Amino acid sequence: MKNRQNVTIKGTKDGLVLHLDDSCSYEELKKELDQKLSANTQTQDERNLISVKVEIGNRYLTEAQQEELKELIRQKKNLVVDNIEANVITKEEANRLKAETEVVTVSRIIRSGQVLEVPGDLLLIGDVNPGGTVIAGGNIFIMGTLKGVAHAGYLGNDQAVIAASSMKPSQLRISDCIERTPESVQSVEKREMECAYIDDNRQIIIDRLQALIQLRPDLTRIEGGH
Amino acid sequence: MGEAIVITSGKGGVGKTTTSANIGTALALQGKKVCLVDTDIGLRNLDVVMGLENRIIYDLVDVVEKRCKIHQALVKDKRFDGLLYLLPAAQTVDKSAVQPEQMKELITELKQDYDYIIIDCPAGIEQGYKNAIAGADKAIVVTTPEVSAVRDADRIIGLLEKEKSMESPRLVVNRIRNHMMKSGDMLDLDEVTQHLSIELIGIVADDEEVIKASNHGEPIALNPNSKASIAYRNIARRILGESIPLQPLEEANKGVFTKLKKFFGVR
Repeated sequence: MKNRQNVTIKGTKDGLVLHLDDSCSYEELKKELDQKLSANTQTQDERNLISVKVEIGNRYLTEAQQEELKELIRQKKNLVVDNIEANVITKEEANRLKAETEVVTVSRIIRSGQVLEVPGDLLLIGDVNPGGTVIAGGNIFIMGTLKGVAHAGYLGNDQAVIAASSMKPSQLRISDCIERTPESVQSVEKREMECAYIDDNRQIIIDRLQALIQLRPDLTRIEGGH
Repeated sequence: MGEAIVITSGKGGVGKTTTSANIGTALALQGKKVCLVDTDIGLRNLDVVMGLENRIIYDLVDVVEKRCKIHQALVKDKRFDGLLYLLPAAQTVDKSAVQPEQMKELITELKQDYDYIIIDCPAGIEQGYKNAIAGADKAIVVTTPEVSAVRDADRIIGLLEKEKSMESPRLVVNRIRNHMMKSGDMLDLDEVTQHLSIELIGIVADDEEVIKASNHGEPIALNPNSKASIAYRNIARRILGESIPLQPLEEANKGVFTKLKKFFGVR
């Protein structure tokens, strides 16, 4: 039963695709990969680099193992690993991904000295008082009044937005941009139903909420509908 | 089993001690057995405001360190027939002389014998504050209509809300000057309550009588003719569960004015 191959090589117009079987042992796989690639390199001329995509199916490879495979393939002269694709991820990674895309609903007042941090989007039912801070990996939506500091997309997401029913922040931060409310325009205006986003010049702009419909169509998560 | 209420504010000088003294006095006037506890160790002054300074023999630290029994340290207020007592703070040591667990134990013991324990909290959010709230069941936050006081009150409310064993704090807005509120030079009452969004249990007008009374060691709540006194008595009745509407500010203002007029008229 040695006819089943653990390593299959396919050529596409973008380069090579290495399909590695996920039912054999890792050691076995490595050996066969080494053999296969060694056999192939003899016949090929040394021309320009060929990018290689590695598909590993339902096998989970640790960082170290991935590096090892990349190293193994790289040694074969003109092959460069583009990326390694697996169907599986760890639970930890899955939870992180879920947390980053989730909308967390919080119903309370963020008072002076308090910091609320969420990995994904934040929906706050309540106010952010002066001296209070809300931080989110994604967007921030505040149903009450924002009087403190809000920091959206703190891991470097420029697309993140901040929206509030009443926008009177002491400071707005999106990704690595910071905007301080000018002292002259305060409390006089109503500042209701507004949003903040980063424009093309990397400036934080405050606009009416409806502007987001055009600017950030990705905010809509629902599929289909009319 | 009594109820322990801590009077706190975060910021200094907004009237915690005055409020403690007067709420305590007003509760005693309602016939409740009250014990005032001063936790401002090293900077005590509740005893001065109550006019009981020279009757102190033992203090809170003596009790905690078991140098005396609780009842030995309690100072009885002679104006009330065994209804009002004060446990004074120590003056010679600092806040680190007491630990929160010891305070909890002390307050639990006092709750056996008294209907209400009013705990006067020091300013700040450090050790002294932690000691003061350790044994408390409820909290009253005192603020004045100033931005800085409201900011600190907000911080304190945030900290109090984290205490699982404590009920949601209630608010006293102190030193209200109606004419300044109206002209917009002072924060509006609605602004303060909306900002802090906790239950308002009383408003006290800024009244010179309060300062006079404090200096004489007689809580203003004893004087039935003062607006501030009525405000404190109303707070006490609200603590007892009565529902009393807030004093209209207009009248409070007029009260101060007529008093001023009277004050000048007499001279």
